[in-house]
Amino acid sequence: MASTEEIRSEVAQIVNEIVGVAPEDVQLDKSFADDLDVDSLSMVEIVVACEEKFGVTIPQEEQGNLKTVGDAVAYIERAQA
Amino acid sequence: MLQTRPGHRYARLMSVGGYRGSRVVDNAEMCTMIDSSDEWIRQRTGIVERRWATDDETPLSMSVAAARKAIERAGLVPDQISAIIVSTVSHFKQTPSLACEVAAELGCPAPAAFDISAACAGFSYGVGLAEGMIRSGSSDYVLVIGVEVLSRLTDFDDRSTAFLFSDGAGAVVVGPSDVPGIGPTVWGSDPKATKVIEIGDWKQLTTAGETPYIHMDGRTVFLWATTFIADKTKEALALAGLAPDELDVFIPHQANNRITDSMLRHLKLPESVVVSRDIVHMGNSSAASVPLGMEALLESGEATSGQTALIIGFGAGLVFSGQVVTLP
Repeated sequence: MASTEEIRSEVAQIVNEIVGVAPEDVQLDKSFADDLDVDSLSMVEIVVACEEKFGVTIPQEEQGNLKTVGDAVAYIERAQA
Repeated sequence: MLQTRPGHRYARLMSVGGYRGSRVVDNAEMCTMIDSSDEWIRQRTGIVERRWATDDETPLSMSVAAARKAIERAGLVPDQISAIIVSTVSHFKQTPSLACEVAAELGCPAPAAFDISAACAGFSYGVGLAEGMIRSGSSDYVLVIGVEVLSRLTDFDDRSTAFLFSDGAGAVVVGPSDVPGIGPTVWGSDPKATKVIEIGDWKQLTTAGETPYIHMDGRTVFLWATTFIADKTKEALALAGLAPDELDVFIPHQANNRITDSMLRHLKLPESVVVSRDIVHMGNSSAASVPLGMEALLESGEATSGQTALIIGFGAGLVFSGQVVTLP
């Protein structure tokens, strides 16, 4: 079972690969849209990459609730539990 | 026992020719028609300007202009064309087909002539069909044309799609070859997704001169293109027996630079592969985008004749089609 920090770190790598933000800037309190400059198309890619990486399914209706990195990490933790 | 025709062993692209709508519409002009900004359009799509047909430029005139270039570049004359396939969703007449009108205009004596409706995948559908027709012996030289005037199907009240679309035609001549010049076609459809991209029903129109509009769920298309279609692209490469580092050129349908970027991340193609970015100055011309992208890369010298190129189209249907070709 991956720790919160391990999941955050993996998500940070994904965000880095897709939008080029430095992984150390991808912290739990950061908003994807407001702090990390992730637009809706990049968010689609991040969600798909997270689904592949963590073996979870994030339904479309859930995706709008993932405002911050912390929201995404918490969702992945719950989905893996 | 019935007799059959001897076919040709292989087929290849002999030439490509294009025609772009002559009106250049940059993002500043676009933003006088829709509530958007140059920065937003560039960032979301990569588009800087698009090409629209003038009133004098029609699907027929643009097809014929592109076809004449392709036939001449193939070293042929219209008499030698034995089949014409036109892919279009913007020929506003159900019959005769645009292919028949093109045959008449070019002066081809009696080619097989028909239109196909496979939207943004239509050019690759046509190349796949032409390859089969040549190998089966039913045709020697097949003219494949992708043509659209999407500006006449654009909903200017839809600020999420109106800036995308453009007008143009691209044509290739497909002919017999001693060596394989067209790899296996990977094609198909997603019948569950018929509503994702639609052009409205003509019967619903109430005003004379009105045309139906393109409606698109862009988010669903983006997701589909960057996952499922990226996998199909890999499949087309593998079926042609090529490793990624043996590919020279990648010409995806020019739907959106962001889709191309995402596909490249997925495909992990080497840096050396030349990628078509024709959308920047052309916008999305649906069936015409792949041959126009091909012609642009050959004319600029970024790609050269004899190189291997992976082409893939995907769009309304949903449908998709791709194959590896040797560039003419």
